[in-house]
Parts: sequence; structure tokens; C-alpha cells
Amino acid sequence: MYNKSLKELSASLRSKEVSSVELSQYFLARIKHFDGELNSVITSNEEVALSTAQQADKIIASGEGGLLTGIPLLHKDIFCTQGLRTSCGSKMLDNFVAPYTATAVNKLELAGAVMLGKTNMDEFAMGSSNETSFYGGVKNPWDLETVPGGSSGGSAAAVAARLAPLASGTDTGGSIRQPAAFCGITGIKPTYGRVSRYGMIAFASSLDQGGAMAKSAEDAAIMLQAMSGFDEKDSTSVDKPMDDLLAGLGDSIKGLRVGLPKEFFTEELDVDIREKVEAAVDALKSAGAIIKEISLPNINLSVPAYYVVAPAECSANLSRFDGVRFGHRCESPKDLEDLYKRSRGEGFGNEVKRRVMMGAYVLSAGYYDAYYKKAQQVRRLIKQDFVDAFKEVDVIASATAPSVAFTSGEKKDDPVSMYLSDIFTIGVNLAGLPAMSVPCGFVDKKPVGMQLIGNYFEESRLLNVGHQYQQLTDWHLAVPTGYEQEA
Amino acid sequence: MSIQSEDVLKIAHLARLGIEPEQVESYASDLSNIMVLVEQMNQVDTSDIEPMAHPLDQSQRLRADVVLETNQRDVLQENAPAIEDGLFLVPRVID
Repeated sequence: MYNKSLKELSASLRSKEVSSVELSQYFLARIKHFDGELNSVITSNEEVALSTAQQADKIIASGEGGLLTGIPLLHKDIFCTQGLRTSCGSKMLDNFVAPYTATAVNKLELAGAVMLGKTNMDEFAMGSSNETSFYGGVKNPWDLETVPGGSSGGSAAAVAARLAPLASGTDTGGSIRQPAAFCGITGIKPTYGRVSRYGMIAFASSLDQGGAMAKSAEDAAIMLQAMSGFDEKDSTSVDKPMDDLLAGLGDSIKGLRVGLPKEFFTEELDVDIREKVEAAVDALKSAGAIIKEISLPNINLSVPAYYVVAPAECSANLSRFDGVRFGHRCESPKDLEDLYKRSRGEGFGNEVKRRVMMGAYVLSAGYYDAYYKKAQQVRRLIKQDFVDAFKEVDVIASATAPSVAFTSGEKKDDPVSMYLSDIFTIGVNLAGLPAMSVPCGFVDKKPVGMQLIGNYFEESRLLNVGHQYQQLTDWHLAVPTGYEQEA
Repeated sequence: MSIQSEDVLKIAHLARLGIEPEQVESYASDLSNIMVLVEQMNQVDTSDIEPMAHPLDQSQRLRADVVLETNQRDVLQENAPAIEDGLFLVPRVID
């Protein structure tokens, strides 16, 4: 049951082989059985889930609904869920019960999906290993000594361990793609503006984008289709209809032009990973794709520019956590300034503090031009490199991350080395492009991901390439040892 | 640019962020290392480049100035650390 595709699960629901209540109970039992050691789900929604599933069963019985009706899923705890704790992985919001629901969650609810719970994440989505969560790190089901990646590490680990068929994620610098790669699942971050940011707790507003995490490109396509779309409530939402993402999945990729950026195939990339990615590219070639070397001359500046833009926006966004209207408040503040400082000091963890300070620094008087303006200019150069590349190719392929999942604690005290684990993913966010990660093999029994980057609004093509690749390979069907048993 | 302990104290104050005195030095060292990374941007001349604030160069959409939200004070105040008579409580500001 746990390895069935969404289409298969939906067919089982339609044929009454299983009910949505039974399916929800099945995955809830897997969460109870397996998640003790993984720590991927931090809030259960069991009671509400079962009543939602009952509703879904009625809809199915009446012959209504769609592919997602009655399908269980998990949401990253960055998405506000009315009546259910929304912590963003932070002590600051440990007691926060969202008064409204994020548009992306709402859309999936309207499509009939059943929310089983909320997944663990790096605090305020700031991290690449899940170790910054107030609720403790998540373990990678492929090797419990290693991290699942981040910041959507809870979602990635849960889907990898088959605790749910789907999970939502968000991606500000690689937070869907890098954990998807580390956990051997498929994750897609669409073009900036495709998924509403309303009710998605803001980290860096010009970079944040919600997306889908699933076992396969096909499942991710179904989920992304349901969660995306124009939203009046998000001023950066794009008013452009999403393509029919399922319709194009089966298209041939004969003649597809695939670009390999030479800057992404250097000595920074682990040789064994390089070999796996090249084999994946060969598979695309065998299906008729044309492979070309391309150049993104300024891409090496994406991590430096990102660590100005993201902290600057983070420091502005996180100023709302002041201990007054919601969130953590310190004990017996002596005055208002003491209330602000201690509430924020106690409520935020180290990495969040680092980034808030970094942001306050680059935005402070006298430094704005040297850092923030400079970063925004570099950002345009990086975008222009991609625009030029897409005149020559249809998609760009690379490794998603320069290494496989690293050991817990390895990079925890070295922020710069942690930041560099996102070197292949960050440029995409600065440019606002869609990109995905698909599993393409194993190194030392740990999953490797291939990143596919598409032109603006070409999610359909990306998913088509991912799906075609998954017709030729079965890496995406591999289940970590121990989790292939029934709960 | 190297960030000193006094810079950290100044920035923390600007951000109204309480930090433990024994951590000031390690923040200074972390932030200095991040600045070394950031300053790689200076490798490229950007003098003629227009800054990019939005990936799709969109401007903010406007909407009609009409009330859409209903008053949900009670619901919203359920998350408040301290309230009284529908007001948010903070320490005395004016003596």
C-alpha cells in the first residue's frame, strides 16, 4: 500500500478496495510506528483527519471528487493551519494556533486531501540539515546517523519513509530540493509566484516559494496542480493559469535540449555524485535528449548574494515577533525594550539570531549600498545568465547537492560550510525559476538527486522530463531498509 | 569586513535581540566568516546594473480600498501573551 502511486491509491479508493478512513489510519499507524526515531512529524491532526476522511468517503461514494479526494498528506509546519498549532520549528511559536489557513493548504483541502499532521523543519526555514528545529533534528531514514537536509527535512524524511504519500514544502534557497535529494524523493519548487505565500510564514519574501514533495514526478504534478494558482491575498502571486501538469507527462523528450552548466561540474562536486548525475543525463540522452554544455558565468556569486538578500528580508519579516500580540513572551519584563529583547532572545535559536543580525547589519545606515544594493545587482546578473542559457536549452541539469546526506552535527557549528551545501540550488531562487530534484542513484547507500531547472512557468516541461526519467529508472521506488515492512 | 564584538552588540540592539554575553564573540566570528563569503560579490563590477528586487520584475498589485476582513479580535487575541478588556498588555511605557 505505502508504495502505491497517487493514481493507484485513488483507484483503490474508487473501487472501494480501501476507504479514505482506512487509508488515513494506515498512514497514521505508520507514523506512530516509525516516527519515534525519525522525528519528522511534530503535530498530529489525527482526530480532524479521520473526520475529513469520512467526508471524503462520502464524496467518493457519490462518484464526485478528484485524484486527491481522500488522499492523506502532511504539511510543513510553516503553513498556517486554522485551529492547529503552527510552530515554524521555533520556540517563538510553540504555542501559536493559527487563526486562519494558508491558501496552499486550503486548496489541497478543497481538492479533498486529508491532512494527517505537520512536519518538522529548520527553525523559520533557516537551515540545510533540520538541526535548527526547536523540536530536535529529523533523522534521515536511509541512515539515522545523517541529516535529512533542510529546511523541509521533516516532509522529505516522512515521504521517504512512506509515512504519507505526499508532503508540502517550501524552498527559499533549496529547502525542497536539497532534502528531496538527501532522502531519495521527488520535490518541485515552481516559478516564484505560482504557489500563494498567504499563510506561509515569511522568511525571505522575494525568494520563498511553496511546492510539492512526493515519491514521483507524477505524484508531485498532481499535488502541485492542486496547490498552485493565483491568489488575491498574496501581492506577489502570479495571475497566469498553470498548465495542465498531467497532460504533458507522457510526452516524448526526443529533441529536448538539456544544458549542463560547466560551473556546476567542478571539483566542488563529489566525483561519485558526478558519475550518478552523468549516468542520469545519459539516460535522458538515450530517450532522445540533446546534451549541451552551457555556462552560467556569475553563478558562483549566488551564495554570497543570497546571504545578503535572505538575511535582510528575514530581519524585516521577523521583526513582527515582538512578544506583544502573539508568540513567546519573556517572564516579568521590566520595560518594553526588555520585553522585546528577552522575548526575541529566548524565542529564537542561534541560526535565526545570526541571520537577523546579519540582515540588520547589511541594512544598517552606511552599508545598504555596499551590501543590499550590490546583492540585488548581482542577482540580476545571475538571472540574466539563466535567461541567456534558456535561449539555447530547454532545461538545465546538475546535481542537486554537492554531497550526499552528511552526518548529524558535522556542519552544525560552521555556518559557512552549511551554507555552501546549497551552492547548486540557491541561484534558482534568486532568479525565481522552477526547479526539481529527482532521485538518480546511491552513493554509499545514500540517495543522490539530479536537479532539473526549467525556464519561467515551465513546470509542465520539468515534470515531463522528471516523469520520463522515472519511466527509464526505478530509483524513486526504492524504500529505505526497515521501512518496507508494514506497521 | 571583520565584525567585532561591539558591532554585534550594536546590531543586536538595532534588532532588539537579546543575546548571551558569552556568545557575543562567537557571533562576531560567525558573522565575520559570513562577511568573507558575502564580499566575494566584489569580484564583479555592477556599476551599470539595475538592482533586482523581484524575480519577475513585477510591481505590487493594487486593490480597491474596501474592507474585506471582519473583526476577529477575540480569535486573534487567543494567541496573545497578555490581554485585558480586548487590549494587548505591555509594560508601562509612559510614567
